[in-house]
Amino acid sequence: MAAAVGEQRLRIVAGLIRVTGDWELAEDCVQDAVERALARWPRDGVPVNPAAWLTTTAHRRALDLLRRRRTEADKLREVQALTETEGSAVDPYGGVYRDDQLRLLFTCCHPALPPAGRVALTLKTVAGLSTREIAAAFLVTESTMGQRLLRTHTKIAHAGISFRVPEPHRIAERTAGVLAVVYLIFNEGYSNADGGAGDLAAEGVRLAGLLAALLPTDDEVQGLRALLLLQHARRASRTGVNGELIPMEEQDRRGWDRAMIVDGMAALDRARVAGRVPGSYRLQAEIAAEHALAPDAAATDWARIVVLYDVLFDQQPSPVVALNRAAAVGFRDGPQAGLAALAEVERDERLAGYHLLPAVRADLLRRLGCAAEAAAAYRDALTLVRTAAERRFLERRLREVAASGTTPGDR
Amino acid sequence: MKYLMFVATDPEPDTSSEPHTDVEAWFADVEGRGKWVIGDRVRPAEDATTVRVRSGELLVTDGPYTESKDWIVGFDVLDCEDLDEAIEIASKHPMARAGRLELRPFWPIDEG
Repeated sequence: MAAAVGEQRLRIVAGLIRVTGDWELAEDCVQDAVERALARWPRDGVPVNPAAWLTTTAHRRALDLLRRRRTEADKLREVQALTETEGSAVDPYGGVYRDDQLRLLFTCCHPALPPAGRVALTLKTVAGLSTREIAAAFLVTESTMGQRLLRTHTKIAHAGISFRVPEPHRIAERTAGVLAVVYLIFNEGYSNADGGAGDLAAEGVRLAGLLAALLPTDDEVQGLRALLLLQHARRASRTGVNGELIPMEEQDRRGWDRAMIVDGMAALDRARVAGRVPGSYRLQAEIAAEHALAPDAAATDWARIVVLYDVLFDQQPSPVVALNRAAAVGFRDGPQAGLAALAEVERDERLAGYHLLPAVRADLLRRLGCAAEAAAAYRDALTLVRTAAERRFLERRLREVAASGTTPGDR
Repeated sequence: MKYLMFVATDPEPDTSSEPHTDVEAWFADVEGRGKWVIGDRVRPAEDATTVRVRSGELLVTDGPYTESKDWIVGFDVLDCEDLDEAIEIASKHPMARAGRLELRPFWPIDEG
């Protein structure tokens, strides 16, 4: 029932925002309908057409509220018309619903909105999270998050941001903006799984699935969905009993979600559109697929992963991509070669303060047998690391290299 | 919906070799579509005069009210359907590449 309600919720909210232009009213009406359903359905049984029931109930509430505010008659007629067209949802991702949901996504992720506001509004309106849940995920108070949402709604109204799909020549860059928001939501949950943000990774996967249903022919949309599925498939093996992060080469691959990997590979196949230059999400998904398909860590095709990082770097010359490439070189050609590749990356000032720079260096030194230097690099990383899971992992490694550095008989 | 578009310089203009757009063509297009209300160039900051009244005393000073590396060199008032349309119009102005543009929605006096 929750899943059915979730699917209808988004469709109804999007339709009501289009017709009334009132985001809060739209959300209140749907919330009200959902609460009535939760109270009534277990008692009276689920109606024959739950979608139509929810739609009608939400629209009736909207009409009540609008009448009380003495809204103009033509707006009331529009809401009534909405009930007639949407009463019987056949395909929740097709036709008028598709357009409304796309309008909603493009508006929530409008580049004129502050980035944190885009994330918050997408989680509130598209994913249907409560203000309290979003606040908990980002470790701020509920009132701070409420202010952020209010500020974002206000900017939409004051700056004249329309509830619409962008012009065709802007679709690609605006879609990239939506993908960035979804990726950010996923990463917030992925990198901070033991904080309040754990569920955000699952929300990110769901949002990517929604986008893929709405824009099935966009290769970067499919690429992002593939990337998120392939990463999320490893979630159960990524942390140990003490909440410490487990690096990929030590993960128990039997714990990986095979069904999700199959979904991810299918999405990656759809992203591989012949003749299209692979975008950054597809390339990252290709890298994730190499890991997902390797039977064990030793069988990983590091040569291909380095090539993929090279192509990714050409497209997106970021120091983080260069850092990941150096780590991959360290696996392909050994830690000495990895350190040589890293030396170049270390000159980039943009990485100053990024904990993974000393962490990668520490790992290469550890594998080279330079225990003392590795320990120093782990200590550097520990001063910069921000999540508890990564901290516990780095502490574990530091203990290991410290122990190996003082073998009996040294003194 | 009306927008005030500030036309300003930018310390990091576009250096790519994209073809130049011409302000006359921009104006003809925007005016022809009924999107342009008023606009002009303004003289540089050294010709600015700042006016304040404090405790009944008039304070007139030479220069702009903020020290800034970026100068407002002109303005236009646009009448658009929505922000997206204003962004499209702004993006075709030659100063979008040579400088930067800022869109400020009007705040009508009868609105809270």
